[in-house]
Amino acid sequence: MVERRELTKRFDQINPEQIQDFLALDGFSMLEKALKMTPSEVRDEIRASRLTGRGGAGFLTSIKMDSFAAETGKKYIVCNADEGEPGNFKDRYLMEKDPFQVIEGMCISAYATGAQEGFIYIRGEYQTSIKRIQNAIDESRKHHYLGTHILQSAFSFDITIRQGAGAYVCGEEFALIESLEGKPGRTRVKPPYPAQEGYFSYPTLINNVETFCNLPFIVRIGGDAYRQIGSDFASGTKLISLSGNVKHKGLYEVPYGTTIRDVIFKLGGGTPNHRAIKMVQLGGACGAIIPDELLDMDIDNERFQIFDSKMGAGAIIVMDDSHDLFDIIHRNMEFFAHESCGKCTPCREGHIQLVKLIEKFIINEASQKDYDTLRSLAQVIHDTTLCGLGQTSPTCILSTMEFFPEEYNRRIAYRKRGGQA
Amino acid sequence: MSIQQIIQSYPAKSEYLLEMLIAVDQQKKHHYISAEEINEIASYVKVKESHVCSVMSFYTLLSTQPRGEYVIQVCKDVPCYINDDFNVVLTIEEELGIVLGQTTNCGRFSLEQTACIGCCDEAPAMRINHEIYTNLTKEKVLDIIHTLRGDANGRTT
Ligand code: SF4
Ligand code: FES
Repeated sequence: MVERRELTKRFDQINPEQIQDFLALDGFSMLEKALKMTPSEVRDEIRASRLTGRGGAGFLTSIKMDSFAAETGKKYIVCNADEGEPGNFKDRYLMEKDPFQVIEGMCISAYATGAQEGFIYIRGEYQTSIKRIQNAIDESRKHHYLGTHILQSAFSFDITIRQGAGAYVCGEEFALIESLEGKPGRTRVKPPYPAQEGYFSYPTLINNVETFCNLPFIVRIGGDAYRQIGSDFASGTKLISLSGNVKHKGLYEVPYGTTIRDVIFKLGGGTPNHRAIKMVQLGGACGAIIPDELLDMDIDNERFQIFDSKMGAGAIIVMDDSHDLFDIIHRNMEFFAHESCGKCTPCREGHIQLVKLIEKFIINEASQKDYDTLRSLAQVIHDTTLCGLGQTSPTCILSTMEFFPEEYNRRIAYRKRGGQA
Repeated sequence: MSIQQIIQSYPAKSEYLLEMLIAVDQQKKHHYISAEEINEIASYVKVKESHVCSVMSFYTLLSTQPRGEYVIQVCKDVPCYINDDFNVVLTIEEELGIVLGQTTNCGRFSLEQTACIGCCDEAPAMRINHEIYTNLTKEKVLDIIHTLRGDANGRTT
């Protein structure tokens, strides 16, 4: 059994617009259970689980949560549903197929940290998600799972939806906060971190949709049992968005420790037409591109520390041998050139130059000097930018220089020979 | 609802700016926000017009130029690209007689591209106003356009 369905267990089993369906499959019972514990007991379980953030960066959730819990006064919980990384669709599925679970996760998190108000920041492109979540909020409120004195306890919490308007960079914590405040989504310099000074300078805890959805699961089985699932490097299950040249594209939930190859072949059924896999991009446009030989590593490729690139949000994009490496890199770089918020010069100007350099490789006009410029520029963008966009965008170039050197060499040699193949 | 009513259905606070702009854009037949509306919103939430403009220009879902009644946005990112074996954009360009970035003379259709819309498992995908269309084939794309065209013709208003 490759799959392990915990966060996705209600998918297609319930009508996502009916709270009764959710309640019938133990929905909100983990909130009830949590309310019988003290907030610090709930946090103890989360700490024991070693849950990591599921939005891409992969830090321990409990560190952020504990420091936020220590803050006093008015504070906010924010669910980051600004999924926009190409190749990722897990948050959309979570919101569309089991929206109440997202609410339950946010409630548990608010109870554990003493927050009273929450936002879900959903990208404007996800209109179905917005509708489903709004319905779930309304229904939950009607049934006293949101609002004042939730389930007759002293705990009060409510949630509002805020929409994004088409800016990838708003997935970054501070850019998201700026956007919530009604401004262009340009990040701030850290520290202070959002958990100390976030939305209108109030402490703000931001987590990804999938991270919140893990909380009812942790409360259900306990932090210790949760930690037993997965690998030595990461615990729990991970949602994987599988796309590209693969027979059964779709969303899969697997425990950490599963290999990339198993996801592609056992769940995805391999490539259609049995073509060879030429390359696989992990995480999305910001992730490493690796060859077939490396597919036997864990879905959490932390073990290999490939250019700071972890699994990211969990996308696996499969590309068969009919595709050209430089064509793919070019699309990725155009994406980042378009999505750069413009705050840092290396990111704003650098991506435009990267696109031009890659174009030279596409038309076999690149020289060794272009290669060197490409490498150093990618490195500079990675090293000198302020947010995750610039820090991760060069990964697809740096990783392919490492794993597909022959592709680069072939193009350079082609020019040297004066265009003779 | 009139534009004014939409705006006033939100609290007069600048953090609701995006919500208002999206709602106004959705309400309008040609999916854009005019200089007068920017004015109106700015004075309602008490910020400078330039602030509203900076928000407008930052977010790609918002436009200050009139667009088609139907804004067709084809996904341009890698997972869709890999599964696009007939060229969605070209198909639409040929059918509508416009190129990417243009609006048809009749004002019914605009053709744009969008970043990933989270339907990569049903690629290729596109979005028309709020509808998402997936698993596109050439026939399907043409069908959708024909239906929308008929729909627009059949309207009495
Ligand atoms: S790295 Fe790029 S997107 Fe991030 S803050 Fe700098 S300019 Fe903006
Ligand atoms: S890449 Fe097109 S929907 Fe994701």
